[in-house]
Amino acid sequence: MRSKGDSILLQVITPIMRAIEIPMLGLQRLLGINHLAWVFLLPNLLLFGLFAFFPVILNVSYAVTGGANVLLVDRPHVGAQNFAQLLDCANYLDPNSCREDKFWRAVWNTTWFVTLQVGIMVAFSLLTAIVLNREIRARGFFRAVFFFPVLLSPVVVALIWKWILQREGVLNAFLDWTGVGGYNWLVDADWAFGWSVFLSVWAHMGFYTLILLAGLQAIPRDVYEAATMDRASAWRVFRRITLPLLSPTMLVVLVLALIKGVQTFDEVYAFTGGGPGTATTFIIQYIYEEGFAGAPRLFGLAAAASLLVAGVLVVLTLVQLWLNRRSANG
Amino acid sequence: MSRTLAFLTATRGGARLHWSDWASYSYLFLGVFLMFFPVIWLVLSSFKTEADLQRYPPTFLPYQQQTIILEGHADPLPLFQITGGEHEGKILAQLRRVGLRAQMVDPADPETRLTIDIADRAPVERFTLATENYTDLFGRFNFLLYFWNSTFITVSATLIMLLTNSMAAFALSKYHFRGRTAVLLLVIGTLMIPQTVVLVPLFLIVTELGMFNSLWGVIIPGAATPTGVFLLRQYMLTIPDEILDAARMDKASEWKIYWRIILPLSAPAIAVLAILAIMWRWNDFLWPLIVLTQSENFTLQLALNSFQGELQTQWSSLLAMTVLTLLPIALVFMFLQKYIATGIASTGGK
Repeated sequence: MRSKGDSILLQVITPIMRAIEIPMLGLQRLLGINHLAWVFLLPNLLLFGLFAFFPVILNVSYAVTGGANVLLVDRPHVGAQNFAQLLDCANYLDPNSCREDKFWRAVWNTTWFVTLQVGIMVAFSLLTAIVLNREIRARGFFRAVFFFPVLLSPVVVALIWKWILQREGVLNAFLDWTGVGGYNWLVDADWAFGWSVFLSVWAHMGFYTLILLAGLQAIPRDVYEAATMDRASAWRVFRRITLPLLSPTMLVVLVLALIKGVQTFDEVYAFTGGGPGTATTFIIQYIYEEGFAGAPRLFGLAAAASLLVAGVLVVLTLVQLWLNRRSANG
Repeated sequence: MSRTLAFLTATRGGARLHWSDWASYSYLFLGVFLMFFPVIWLVLSSFKTEADLQRYPPTFLPYQQQTIILEGHADPLPLFQITGGEHEGKILAQLRRVGLRAQMVDPADPETRLTIDIADRAPVERFTLATENYTDLFGRFNFLLYFWNSTFITVSATLIMLLTNSMAAFALSKYHFRGRTAVLLLVIGTLMIPQTVVLVPLFLIVTELGMFNSLWGVIIPGAATPTGVFLLRQYMLTIPDEILDAARMDKASEWKIYWRIILPLSAPAIAVLAILAIMWRWNDFLWPLIVLTQSENFTLQLALNSFQGELQTQWSSLLAMTVLTLLPIALVFMFLQKYIATGIASTGGK
């Protein structure tokens, strides 16, 4: 599969690689082959260190300091004050009773959003995967159709649906035509939230469908054949064979969807801007607005909130890794 | 038609369709409609003029009112079909509208002015693509600049990521050194640190490195993804070590083994990773939003987002820009669909 593009790329890369060869040979003589591994690792480890591990430590420093300065030396130490401000609540279920009410609104919005979005998305992904796993024509085409929105950028997804849902949009035209009557969807808090869930499911379900389909196809055919011999009903086959054998994949999908759901920001921010009011403001948007969009920039509060989110994500990721390991071993 | 129907209703076994097959196909076709219609609607709308976009209820295809240039009139005159009164059936050009009446002329007889009740006229429209929505982007909207910023970020970040990740994967798959397990655990650890939870400190680091409001501030931090290391390492483990030993016998340096042997042999995995990286960087939003605050540094995604705030009514340009933003990804998808699907299924996303 050599094409012209390949050869142009090679022409660019070859001299660079040749140039690196000379110092690398020197290092190889100096360090020996086994220590050279560290040289190969160095660029990547530098990137990880500087842009992943170091920030985690810095995040803690930000969370325990106050003020609007970005430089740590200019920031007064405030102890657990940022956390206290975030967690100061008479009743956690009622954001109005909290000192940082916007944070709690975001927390509850995110909780509701994740519950609905993950539930609906996994259910539809499973249904789609099961249908795609049947003996159907043009399976590749249908699979591609459901997968296609996964590639679209969040902003594009948001604009596509904004254009359909706007007051004089095509959906309202259709509803007026049928006599149901159109509606100003994105001005109503509940509808804006509902459409955010819908848009997010629309954009991401293809990804999970693909994973579940791979899981379904990994179930050996002869298990089904044996069941057919025993004249088991389709529903019984599904309950007793498909679901149990698919459950490791289902769990992985569920946890992955949760991890991504908690971090939802882009598409909903471009879609509703977090509104109307704070109806669709999620936790990452809260962090973004406290730290970067508002004045003064409350880096401490944003960092403290990030740490709380990070705690949730670490737990979810550990569960995911454990599940992966278990399904790889079993 | 009957053959298409026969094709669609036949099952692989050749048996008759069960009710569940009907249900499956109905579901799938509903899916095709739900997934494709929004995008098709976007593309069709992007070829409508601003006036056509204001029309409610909207038409499916883009239409434009036909105009005619008549001698003695500087501007093109809109054409109307007359639907009532004494001139019924004629096509007239409108000079001006006065209250409930319109002054019109017959293009065949431009000297005689006619007065027509506006209820008796309907615009003459024809299917026309408003390509000026697209050409305007290049003139008025700096589209090329944003396109260039997006392309530069995507290409540089992808190349840097491929180079650093493949080097690390090579070391982790082909060398047995003390600390290898520790490094692997470290890489797994970074899986737990998504960018969204270290925004504040990352912002400080990027600012301190002088990369705030610079494209490099988006490129460099984005190059650190653990997924690539895992994907490539997994693939390189399947390359037999004997090949390396043979090359060492021939006095090839380690670097040469890496880029002359391991890299070409890992091409399928590298292709998958390249596609993923291109997709991630092209569609990236939150981090560029924080780092790039000046409009001359905007990526396409940022430009789109800021325009939708500014030009609430200028949907025509916005829609055209949206189409051009999704076009590169759609093209990549069409040609490399198979790779993308396997790539995403094997890595489990970012």
